[in-house]
Amino acid sequence: MKKLLLAASAAALLAGMWLAPAQAEYLKEHRGGTIRLLARSAAGTLDPHINYTDQGWQMYQPIYDGLVAFRKAEGMDGFTIVPDLAEALPEVTNDGKTFTFKLRKGIKFSDGKDLGVKDVVASFQRIFKVSGPTSGTFYAGIVGADKCLADTKSCTLEGGVVGDEAAGTITLNLTKPDAEILYKLALPHAVVLPADTPAEDMGSKPIPSTGAYMISAFDPNKGMTVTRNPNFKQWSEEAQPDGYPDVVQYDFGLSEEAAVTAIQNGEADWMFDALPSDRLGELGTKAMDQLHISPLSAWWYAPLNNRLAPFDNEKARQAVAYAIDRNTLVKLFGGKVLASPVCQVLPPDFPGHEDYCPFTKNPGTKWSAPDLDKAKQLVEESGTKGQKVTIIVEDTAISRSIGVYLQSVLTTIGYVADVKPISSNIQFTYIQNTNNKVQMSVTQWYKDYPAASDFLNILFSCASFREGSDASINIAGFCDKDIDAKMQKALDLGVTDQKAADKMWAEIDRQVTDKAPAVGLFTPKRLDFVSKRVGNFKFNRQFNWMITQSWVQ
Amino acid sequence: MSNQVAAMSRRTRGPWAVAFAKLARNRAAMASLAVFLLIVLACFSAPLYANWAGTDPFASTLDAVIQIDGADVAVMEQSTEGLGLGYTPIGPTWRLGNYFLGADSQGRDVMARMLYGGLSSLLISGAATIFTLILGTAAGLVAGYFGGITDTVLSRFLDVLWAFPIYLLAISLAIVTISQGISIGPIEIESGSLWLPVIIIGIVYVPYVARPIRGQVLSLRHSEFVLAAINLGVPGWRILWRDILPNITTTLIVFIPLMMALNMLTESALSFLSIGVQPPAASWGTIIQDGQALLYTRPLVALAPGLAIAISVMTLNVFGDGLRDALDPRSKVRLGRD
Repeated sequence: MKKLLLAASAAALLAGMWLAPAQAEYLKEHRGGTIRLLARSAAGTLDPHINYTDQGWQMYQPIYDGLVAFRKAEGMDGFTIVPDLAEALPEVTNDGKTFTFKLRKGIKFSDGKDLGVKDVVASFQRIFKVSGPTSGTFYAGIVGADKCLADTKSCTLEGGVVGDEAAGTITLNLTKPDAEILYKLALPHAVVLPADTPAEDMGSKPIPSTGAYMISAFDPNKGMTVTRNPNFKQWSEEAQPDGYPDVVQYDFGLSEEAAVTAIQNGEADWMFDALPSDRLGELGTKAMDQLHISPLSAWWYAPLNNRLAPFDNEKARQAVAYAIDRNTLVKLFGGKVLASPVCQVLPPDFPGHEDYCPFTKNPGTKWSAPDLDKAKQLVEESGTKGQKVTIIVEDTAISRSIGVYLQSVLTTIGYVADVKPISSNIQFTYIQNTNNKVQMSVTQWYKDYPAASDFLNILFSCASFREGSDASINIAGFCDKDIDAKMQKALDLGVTDQKAADKMWAEIDRQVTDKAPAVGLFTPKRLDFVSKRVGNFKFNRQFNWMITQSWVQ
Repeated sequence: MSNQVAAMSRRTRGPWAVAFAKLARNRAAMASLAVFLLIVLACFSAPLYANWAGTDPFASTLDAVIQIDGADVAVMEQSTEGLGLGYTPIGPTWRLGNYFLGADSQGRDVMARMLYGGLSSLLISGAATIFTLILGTAAGLVAGYFGGITDTVLSRFLDVLWAFPIYLLAISLAIVTISQGISIGPIEIESGSLWLPVIIIGIVYVPYVARPIRGQVLSLRHSEFVLAAINLGVPGWRILWRDILPNITTTLIVFIPLMMALNMLTESALSFLSIGVQPPAASWGTIIQDGQALLYTRPLVALAPGLAIAISVMTLNVFGDGLRDALDPRSKVRLGRD
């Protein structure tokens, strides 16, 4: 592990050296101006330890820093971990359970205070004190986390996060080795905030930051203004590069239709929300140069409740997987340019992904066509024909369309199906709670970080299922002890041999897919529409478009 | 002589005949009735139309291909220029039985869905109107006739219902019942049933009927013929049934078209918000919702049902006004809070 990390950091250093002159040159020429972004609504709280949205995470990139970061680079390079506030990637000892970071010197927060070891230690404690949404999962392996989870207010993480002010080091102790800990530390939930940040959700109040930018104004009903951090001096171009625009103005409240028009007219530069489907044809023809299509590590899928009839029967689940025409779903999403059919859990180009599709006319590696005869036969064999199935979908145009299509598929193969759209604000939690007795639903999963476990272990492990809870992310209620044990083995193996672990994850992916606890529908792509003046568009696979790495003048 | 006969025959005509004659002379009301009946007829012919057109208005038909002037045309047209993004449903062909109003984003025939949608809207608003009239009349009769504590309790309950903004109340009831349905003792209504919007809309408008009815009953309660019946020992239920109810019938009749128009609007609003008629079933409200995502390329998908709602509601209101003028020109019946 240690050797691997050292090699990675050397490579990162070389890459940084190669990139530096080009960016410096461009910075002179294109630096300045205001980039205007639009979204239908704000992303919720400003607090980076709590916000758990794509929109928030994308905006935090030029603002906050952790000890390590995902490299601010285009494409798959964006999955690489690089040192950020730490001078280098950590020294790993104690059989992979202890990580020692040396903090960089001379970094200041946007309010002028110096960054110190105490800020790092306090930030780790704050993750638990504010009951961060991933405190019980991503960071539960830190020594002392169990006590913090039980009593958040008096969290000290004693023995878990140890700071040495004199040496400028922070030592992180884990209860057991975790191959994914650096990914978890590079997420916004683990960024370093000033030690005196109140241990409560800061809501609309900006927290001082170390990055190239800072939030200078925020009104959840109007917008957010992000300006340059006056105390920022670039220390690592690949972790926290300086940006081009002087100001990022993010306005909320405009509908998607109005946002498209604003961008076309040059009144705005980009919109967060998906483009309205009735504008795709026009934009794809008239504004080709302003569109950027990028792959996503995401999964649209239909969880089938493994604990409720008719989908407590494996054959009934497989029947649905055989019957669904993925091409139709791709059409509903906007066509092949914007989505690709899938059968399996792990998205393409993702660690552990090996093409696999058993639920198609010619089973093999790729989906080709639905097999309705096989589906009908399986429904007959399962003895579930004629049973009632309700599909719960989000009340959005695309989800409703998918729901209506799935309803007609289920009717075709012998079920009495209906579809219920419910508000997007509650659908995701509603379908997780077993009390709501949801038989089938349509939802999406976007990776937190590039590891197979972020899909397989989170969505299908026994531990992810919680009876009667709104936070039971194993929506299908799937629990297979053998597969669970294998996932644990793969996680352990990742500490010493990630390649071998990924091979194992590929096997787990196949096994989970075969059991059909959920039906894979398609892998979406991200379509970004920018104004004509936006230059240097770069899409990072981890956090999407790197806003401040584009210029507007 | 002939003038005398004519005058006598006029004297012998009953109040209903007079009212009907008056209504028949109201051209606007009769024209509205004719248009509304045409809409009703068209909507009730929905299954026949779908069968004749060979289309299933509830199933996704994204791969369907139709023939126009001998050429095959895909119902969902993929953009072939530029990046080839998105699919656009076929626009109106203006040929009955062949995607007359075009297709929606599921490739379904909008005309067939419009007719089915109208059928749902008419059935729900009609049934809700009957539901409201029965409950409202019962509450108004009992409160107005028996008075005292009965009147106080019923009136306060109606006041509470009245105090809620109608749409807020309807949306709240719909959200509570839409996913689980209603189960009260032996009465069980499954989620997704058309009876759910009927009951919800029926309940929220009860005060609109009950309050004016109560007012009328209160005044009838002190009229001489009712006092005489009470003094003769006629039972209360019999007085209500035989003496009071017939005297409020005209008001109730006037309520029918006006309530139906109001219910149609409410049903469309609830369905538009996904808490009325549930997909894949259609109502004019759900079709507008489907059309919302196609406003830019296929505006007719949203405009057509919107127009149908507007025409239906307008004809019902004009006819209702004519009916009120014909049956009871002194009536103060108005729907609304002032």
